[in-house]
Amino acid sequence: MKSISVIGVSKSFAHRGPGLLREQLGAWLSAPRRKAPFYALTDVSFEIDRGESVAVVGANGSGKSTLLSLVCGLTPPDTGLVHVDGRVAALLDLGSGLHFDLTGAENLRLNASLVGLSRQRTDTLFGEIVEFSELGEFINEPLRTYSTGMVMRLTFSVAMHVDPDVLIVDEVLAVGDQAFQQKCFAKMMSFRRAGHTLLVVSHSGAMLREICSRALWLDHGNLVHDGEVNSVLDLYEHRRLTTALH
Amino acid sequence: MKTWHGEYLFVLQNLIAKDFRVRYRNMSLGIFWSLLNPLIMMAVLTFVFTMIYPNSRELQYPVFVLCGLIPFNFIALSWGIGTSCIVDNTGLIKRTTFPKEMIPLASVLSNCLHLLIQIALLLTLVLAFGNGVNRYWLWLPFVWGFEVVLTCGLVFLCGALSVYIRDMRYVVDATCTVLFWLVPIFYPFSAIPDHYKNVYQFNPVAGIVLALRYILLENTPPANSLLIKLALSSTFVLIVGCLVFNRAKRRFYDYL
Repeated sequence: MKSISVIGVSKSFAHRGPGLLREQLGAWLSAPRRKAPFYALTDVSFEIDRGESVAVVGANGSGKSTLLSLVCGLTPPDTGLVHVDGRVAALLDLGSGLHFDLTGAENLRLNASLVGLSRQRTDTLFGEIVEFSELGEFINEPLRTYSTGMVMRLTFSVAMHVDPDVLIVDEVLAVGDQAFQQKCFAKMMSFRRAGHTLLVVSHSGAMLREICSRALWLDHGNLVHDGEVNSVLDLYEHRRLTTALH
Repeated sequence: MKTWHGEYLFVLQNLIAKDFRVRYRNMSLGIFWSLLNPLIMMAVLTFVFTMIYPNSRELQYPVFVLCGLIPFNFIALSWGIGTSCIVDNTGLIKRTTFPKEMIPLASVLSNCLHLLIQIALLLTLVLAFGNGVNRYWLWLPFVWGFEVVLTCGLVFLCGALSVYIRDMRYVVDATCTVLFWLVPIFYPFSAIPDHYKNVYQFNPVAGIVLALRYILLENTPPANSLLIKLALSSTFVLIVGCLVFNRAKRRFYDYL
């Protein structure tokens, strides 16, 4: 049973970003000047079975986050197909969907609704989520008094309670302290054992070797290796070491 | 591909609550601002147009001007805030999968509490000036309803466009300044030369102001043609807004 299929996917970004009114008008009036687009991903294909846990590695700017965004359906690919089966919970960023003037509890409810928990589930799970986050009294304080690690605890605790079929995590665990990281590993492992699919971006090789069975290595938007986690990570780490020495 | 399986109403409610808390938590006068602002404008305009440029035709000038100010304020405020709502919520657009329509919708609806308070103020003053309640008041929910429909349409349209054209906010602000003069807020509809009157009625904001004055101050039902024009023009704006938003939202991620 396929959980995630990515077939021949390319994604480019035009180099211009948002226009000013003046430029936009100019563009409509004159023939469009085409600047070469930047390809964040080129012809990437892979399939992930239900229950697999897959790591994505690569240097900064190699297309890891773009890949996750495509899988989440946040943006359509230029070419190719992306298909995901089931409910997806994504932890792509710390603090998006949170507001720093609201208290932890208010943010918790807002975040829960955004990631797709129903009102009823949120009310039932509220205590459990707060307990998992270990924020204690701080839950009633405004978010601006939180440390980065505490913000991560809040978002991660919510995402872990969505009970999704596919969990997507983009390098956010690094800011947690050792104890909380261990707790998150444990939660992700139990999630994996329950037969759900996991897609993780991280720069922590040790963690990836622990929770993933397979790894994808992206290099400048190309999928260069796809295989068993230890072999791909060995190659990746070796390459990183040799380029660092030269 | 549908990856989000949440509850629309729950999201909407939380987004509205967020807007609301963020706006009022750091204000010592809080909700009183929504009363203070129209009252001050009402006083200033009344002073100017009864003392400096006397306008003898309107006996209840303060209420007369308030009938114009309140619908105009709602549009100007919600339209302005709503235009930047997508750009302001870049994090939500790029990092969460929930339906993007919720953001402009919540932005407009969170201003509706303002509107309700100001409507209460208006009705209180209407009664205080000795006008009675009449059965045409039953039209009021329709008139206000179309105002919200119109505003939603404008916010969908301009919120989506502002992702591609960041000056949109200034275009909207300038339009609102122009609108303040082109909507009969401080002058009566009857003062407009005949051949402009028909065009005026197609401006939905003017239509709302006119309908309100008929109902609240003249105890007459608003003309059917006026209500139909109002309904058509605001529904048209909503449809255009939704179509544009729907088309534009696929590329929000790439442009933000």
